[in-house]
Amino acid sequence: MFEISALNQRNKKVERLFRTLFLMMVLLLVLPVIVILATLIIKGGPIISFEFLFTSPTDGMTAGGILPALIGTVWLVSVALLVSVPLGVAAAVYLNEYAGNNWFTRVINLAIINLAGVPSIVHALFGVGAFVIFFKFGTSILAASLTLAIMTLPVVIVATRESLAAVPMAFREACWNMGATRWQTIRRVVLPNAVSGILTGVILEVSRTAGETAPIMFTGAAFFLPYLPESIFDQTMALSLHLFVVSTQVPGVPEALPYGVALVLVTMVLIMNSLSIAFRVYLRGKKKW
Amino acid sequence: MSKHQELNCAIQTEGLNLWYGTFQALFDVNLNIRNGRITSLIGPSGCGKSTFLRSVNRINERLGYVRINGSIKVHEQNIYAPSVELLQVRKQVGMVFQRPNPLPLPIRDNVLFGHRIHNRAESSSRAEEDEIVEQALRQVLLWDKVKDKLKRKATELSLEEQQKLCIARLLPVKPRVLLMDEPCSALDPKGTEAVEELIWELSGQYTILIVTHNMAQARRASEECIFMLMGKVVEHGATDELFLAPREQQTADYIEGRFG
Repeated sequence: MFEISALNQRNKKVERLFRTLFLMMVLLLVLPVIVILATLIIKGGPIISFEFLFTSPTDGMTAGGILPALIGTVWLVSVALLVSVPLGVAAAVYLNEYAGNNWFTRVINLAIINLAGVPSIVHALFGVGAFVIFFKFGTSILAASLTLAIMTLPVVIVATRESLAAVPMAFREACWNMGATRWQTIRRVVLPNAVSGILTGVILEVSRTAGETAPIMFTGAAFFLPYLPESIFDQTMALSLHLFVVSTQVPGVPEALPYGVALVLVTMVLIMNSLSIAFRVYLRGKKKW
Repeated sequence: MSKHQELNCAIQTEGLNLWYGTFQALFDVNLNIRNGRITSLIGPSGCGKSTFLRSVNRINERLGYVRINGSIKVHEQNIYAPSVELLQVRKQVGMVFQRPNPLPLPIRDNVLFGHRIHNRAESSSRAEEDEIVEQALRQVLLWDKVKDKLKRKATELSLEEQQKLCIARLLPVKPRVLLMDEPCSALDPKGTEAVEELIWELSGQYTILIVTHNMAQARRASEECIFMLMGKVVEHGATDELFLAPREQQTADYIEGRFG
């Protein structure tokens, strides 16, 4: 009565086949990541040293370290975040908590989706036109960061809206029915419960920002600067652009150098991402409803 | 109803009609709900009892497509008058939901939530706040159970305790009316009993309007009872009379379980 039938056997065979197939696809996906990381570590690892991280490039960028680029990337990312996070969070709060479902909101949503789809080189040209020329910021950290900020705004808005939407409606209802205003509800209940999601979204976005090259190329990142930026009105080197430069624009660069730069950039991003994941796990553990 | 009784009414409606879009949910509702009493609203699903309840603190209108005519007076004031501040209506007319909905905050902050949003931040000292918390929790018979864990999240409490907490957090702003939308339907029999006991405890101090599916509960836990059917009020009277000697045939059919 419970013996296996021929049809059972066939079905189980098909089952195994598909299982294996899907598993292969997953492995295929992970493969490039592993190859990239392995290559970077093997080829770029040996060049990483205290000196590499903390001195300026020398000998026409064929030797020395990457300090100005490293610091520059930190500057660019920080200023970009300072602009895009408040703007993006505020916009998301409006869209999710105040705006009704009407044509205006739909137009805004469409605009945000389209902004996310604009190629980065177009953002770069916009940045040149708007910030470098029109606002007369010149090629500077400010102009480059603003360009990055505009580029990453859609990500902040979408991540924030998602975490706001994840806060159960019942909490808002409870507040409104006690006579709380929208803002009181947002400040006391919605935001505190959405903050973990917002922060993770923000940190993930940092990694994108750190790697962008096109938007900063014309707006503030320099080919080579022997000194560190002193204010947001200075130009700066950046890791992403430096990688491009030492890989393609400068003759006589030792092979390990570009790999080293790439390794530093990728490590920076990975550290950020791991922090964001750890943070999310931590906050999730604290959250109970 | 005589003049004397009218003065003693907390909620009075006149010619109340309500539409959701084109669907009319309430038809010419005229009710006088007595001050300081527990009044239950019974009737089959979709009869308009919850709709009526939700129009007494104007939370229906959030849906956007709700239209109302006629009037609802709470303590002699039409709450749909243009000069009325919605936030005050919500403060004076508290609401308890079917599903306990404590905020994801410590118990203490839950109790103080209403108080804090309706008062300036600096206005009460820590000691005053402690006093408010204790008083509200004592009123809902929860103080002894939670006094040592006021800093714990409210969502860790049992459903019965959560529901009591949801009632407690309405009290510090001194509402005139408490609306309860099937407050016990998410609770087990023991929890139900405890919350009903609490409702009796609160009667006299507040006018309580309670919607229930459970006729036994209406009978146990209310002094007056309103039976609604298809958006209309069929009968309104003292609970004992309505259950023992209903005036209308429809009421009799419903309470004897012939439909609904």
